[in-house]
Amino acid sequence: MNLSNIINEIAKTDDEFFEKTSQRRDVIRKITRTAALTALPLALGGMFQKAYGKTTDVIIDTLNFALALEHLEAEFYKMVITTSSALVQATGGTAALNALTTIRDHEIAHVNFLTTAIQGAGGVAALKGNYDFTAGGTFADVFTNYDTLLAVAQAFEDTGVRAYKGQAGNLMGNNDILTAALNIHSVEARHASHIRQMRKARGASVKPWITLNQSGIASTAVQPIYNGEENTLQATLQITGINGTAVNANAASEAFDEPLDKAAVLAIVDPFIL
Amino acid sequence: MKEELLHGHAATAHGADPGLSRRKFFGITGGLVAASFLVDACKKKDDSGINLGSGDIGILNYAYALEQLEAAFYTQVAATPYSGITANETALLTDIRDHEVAHREFFKSALGSNAIPALSVDFSSITFSSRDSVLAAAKAFEDLGVSAYNGAGKLLVSPDYLLLAGKIVSVEARHAAYIRDIISAGTFADSSVIDANGLDKSRTPQEVLAIAGTYVKSKLNASNLPTS
Repeated sequence: MNLSNIINEIAKTDDEFFEKTSQRRDVIRKITRTAALTALPLALGGMFQKAYGKTTDVIIDTLNFALALEHLEAEFYKMVITTSSALVQATGGTAALNALTTIRDHEIAHVNFLTTAIQGAGGVAALKGNYDFTAGGTFADVFTNYDTLLAVAQAFEDTGVRAYKGQAGNLMGNNDILTAALNIHSVEARHASHIRQMRKARGASVKPWITLNQSGIASTAVQPIYNGEENTLQATLQITGINGTAVNANAASEAFDEPLDKAAVLAIVDPFIL
Repeated sequence: MKEELLHGHAATAHGADPGLSRRKFFGITGGLVAASFLVDACKKKDDSGINLGSGDIGILNYAYALEQLEAAFYTQVAATPYSGITANETALLTDIRDHEVAHREFFKSALGSNAIPALSVDFSSITFSSRDSVLAAAKAFEDLGVSAYNGAGKLLVSPDYLLLAGKIVSVEARHAAYIRDIISAGTFADSSVIDANGLDKSRTPQEVLAIAGTYVKSKLNASNLPTS
C-alpha cells in the first residue's frame, strides 16, 4: 500500500467521523474527544481544543501527511540503529552513532507528538506503514554501506524540510499547531545540516546548506528532492547581486530553501513505501 | 556596508503623531489581551525609537532588523577572521555572511519605503580575534534567529510572507546546527534547544528583542507589532 492510499483512507475515515448529521456519531465524537483531552497534559489539551474549528479537517489531513513522513523517518533511523550500529561505529565512530541516535529519538518524538495532536483534535492518526529503504534496489546497500546510509538520511531530511515548508500555509488557521509544525520544521533542517556535515567528512561534495539543485549524491533518483532549489528569485526580487552586493547565484540559492507540495513529496517517498 | 550601518540612529521611522499611535494601539488591544500585557504596554507607551510598524509590515521589519544584525556580525567576522580559523571555516562562514546579506537586502527591497533605517550595531561584547567569542555569538544569533522566525510565523497574515519566512528559517537552522557542531561536535540539536517532543524553540518578538538589544545601539519600538 503506498502512502497516497494510506492518506486517502484516513481522509475517508475523517469524513465519516465528522459526519454532522448523525447525532449518535456526534455524541461518540464528543466522548472520544473528551477522553483524549483528559489524558493530555494541560498545555497540549488547550492546543487541540483550539484546533477544533472549521478548518479542522484540513489541519488533520495536513498533520497526517506530516505524520506519515515522520513514520518513514523514524522507522528508517530505528532500522539504522538496530541493524547498522556496528557499521556506523566502525566507519563513523561514536560521534556518528550518537548523532544518528539523537535524530532517531527526535523522529520518534515527532511521531508521538503528531499522533497525540491528531487524536486530540478528533482525528484518526496515520499508522506506520511497511517500508523498503532500498527504494526497490536503488539503495540496495543502505544498511550495509555507511555512505549509502548517510545519502538516504540526507534525502529524507532535505525532503522533510521542503515538505513542512510546503504545508505551513494549511495550518494558518491554528496558531499553536502552526508554531509546533514550524518548531519541527527547523529541527529537520538542523538534522539535514548535520547529516550533510557527516557526508562532507566522508568526502562528499556537500555543504550544510543546499547549493543550486545539487544533491551531492551519485544516484539521480534523489534529483527531484533538489529540483527547484536553484531558485534565486524571491517575491519577484532577484537575489543574485541584489542591491549591488556580491551575493552570487550559489549563495542566493543557498540562502532560501524551497518548498515542495504534497504531490511532489509523495512521488519522492513512494519508492520507499510498500 | 559598515558606513551604512553607522548612518543608522535612533529615529522614529514613520514619524507618526504619537497621540494617534496611542489611540490606535489601545483601539487594537482594548479588552482583547491579558491584563499583564497591558500593564507591560503601559510602561512603554512612548513612541521613541525606531518604530517597526504594525501588521505584516511590522513583522517583516522585525525580521529585517534581525537580519541586519546577523549580516553586520558575519561581515565583521569575514573582515577580521579569528585566530586559528581553518580554510573550511573561512569558506562556510563566508557563505553564511552572504546568506545573511541576501536576507537583509531582500527585506530591505521587499519593504521599500516601509523599511526601517539601517541599524547601529554594538558588538563591543564580542572579541573578534577569539574563536570562542565569535562562535558563541554566532550560536546565540542563529538559535535566536530560528526561534524568532518560528515565533513570528503565527503573527503573519499573508501566506506568502509565511512561506518566505519558512524559506529563511530552515537556512538559519542549517547555520545554527553547523555553528553548534564546530563549537562542539554533535550539539546540532541538543536538549538546550530541542525539547522532549522533538520541537525547536520559538520566541515572541518581545523576548527576541530583549536578547538582541545587547547588540543594537538603535532603540527598536515593537509596541505596534501583532501579538497573535
